[in-house]
Amino acid sequence: MSPSSLYKQGAIVGAYEYPSRSMPDKTAVQVQAECLVKALDEAGLSLKDMDGLCSTRIPGMQPISFAEYLGVYPTYMEATQIGGSSFVLYLIRAMEAIAAGRARVVGIAYGSLPTTEGRRIGTGTRIGGAGGEVPVEYSFEEPWGLPLIGTYALCAQRHMHQYGTKPEQLAEVGVTMRRHAGLNPYAKYRDPIGVDDVLNSRLICDPLHLLDCCIISDGGGAVVVAHPDIARNAKTKPVWLLGSGEAAMHSSSGHRDFTVSAAAQSGPIAFKESGVSHQDVDFAMIYDAFSINVIMTLEDLGFCKKGEGGAFVEDGRIGLGGQLPVNPDGGGLSSCHPGMRGMFLLVEATRQLRGDFAGTDRQVPNAKVAAVHGIGGFYGTRHSGVTVILTSE
Amino acid sequence: MTEDKKPYVKPLPVPNMESEPFWSALKEHRLQVQQCKSCSKHYFYPRSHCPFCYSGDVEWVGCSGKGKVHTFSVIRQNMAPGFREEAPYVVAMVELDEGGVQMMTNIVECEPGDVSIGMPVQVTFEDVTDEVTLPKFKPA
Ligand SMILES: [Zn+2]
Repeated sequence: MSPSSLYKQGAIVGAYEYPSRSMPDKTAVQVQAECLVKALDEAGLSLKDMDGLCSTRIPGMQPISFAEYLGVYPTYMEATQIGGSSFVLYLIRAMEAIAAGRARVVGIAYGSLPTTEGRRIGTGTRIGGAGGEVPVEYSFEEPWGLPLIGTYALCAQRHMHQYGTKPEQLAEVGVTMRRHAGLNPYAKYRDPIGVDDVLNSRLICDPLHLLDCCIISDGGGAVVVAHPDIARNAKTKPVWLLGSGEAAMHSSSGHRDFTVSAAAQSGPIAFKESGVSHQDVDFAMIYDAFSINVIMTLEDLGFCKKGEGGAFVEDGRIGLGGQLPVNPDGGGLSSCHPGMRGMFLLVEATRQLRGDFAGTDRQVPNAKVAAVHGIGGFYGTRHSGVTVILTSE
Repeated sequence: MTEDKKPYVKPLPVPNMESEPFWSALKEHRLQVQQCKSCSKHYFYPRSHCPFCYSGDVEWVGCSGKGKVHTFSVIRQNMAPGFREEAPYVVAMVELDEGGVQMMTNIVECEPGDVSIGMPVQVTFEDVTDEVTLPKFKPA
């Protein structure tokens, strides 16, 4: 089988995650810039070599404001805002741009400081953004008081009802992520927890407990994508794109299946394009905003049947050493979640595929193929899904 | 607004040309949704064309106000004004008897712990301001 037409047309040559989870002495754009320079540097590149720039969310007109801060003049730009999966989308766009000859070196960067700024992500208000522009659909949601976490809870509740998924199975996701975080010296929370700890943590939006929810941390990261000619001379081992898919999921005009996510569309597209089977995948990076995301995404990507995700995450199957390790860095549930985690999925996938953690328990042995799925937005109302299959070969 | 009435601080809907009939019917304590005359599907939220077959031949149909809980969550934490004081409360997707079309709402007049998926519910109209009436649901 032949992979995507983008295979070997571009490569990830740099990946960097800021080591701290609290940066009170920095600005978000500063963190973003530092990460980008570090990611370029490990490939032996600098800002002067970069002609493409992707960023979002930092206040300003992105990515132009970021280009201004850096002092660069990109000839290729991307800033589509589809939530936390945006950076995974930029990876696809960067590969497309390089394949089309529109760029040679594309930087994708992110920095956000919700801890320092005291910003609530999951339980703050969602409406009445700057400028007072209210999306049409919000009139049918905001009056009822559903916070971000609640949109995920609607899916979890229906999944439990329809398929008998148990709170203990949801809890298993957080327990596994915490175990992985214990192997990551930079993870925000590293002390082991058990299923009882999750179930005994307070309910935020039923059925999701506090420890079913991602943490809030400062954070930043960057990846650099380059033309194969540049990748060949880079100091790092290149990581290639085998396949990709994207999807939008919404209310389906009042006929939504709450047990299915956007991954059910983006996953099959990406797998088909990649030419690899699920058995070929050595580990997965899944945007674990909440425990239910991992369970539903595993089903929707096709690692198990719909409804069997709860059983799949049991018995250490998604832990390091298991059948399909998920988020060896500790994920958004324990390591790093500054609001848009998609960036860190790419960084960890790249570093695992390069074997950066060789000789430690965090390394997925012989990791050659990674399935990466980013989620953006509000699970039970509207969200994006972007899947990429990456390889070191 | 009378003096003894507390100001309503929760977000209010912003009716537009496409959704105005929905909100004005609620003021008269009537619940109505749209149905496509071409493919006969009910859909929500309101808009000028059918999102299933893209026909513009759509009509407003009165609802019985009966339905059941499709999914829900007990919201125990929401820092937004108006909701902070009220937690825990229930946000649900109710599927109406009319074509099973879903809408978001609050389940009221019962303990949050008594709500379950499949529970039959009935609309109740809450005049939250002089201009706006919201459709909430209570156990049927
Ligand atoms: Zn129609």
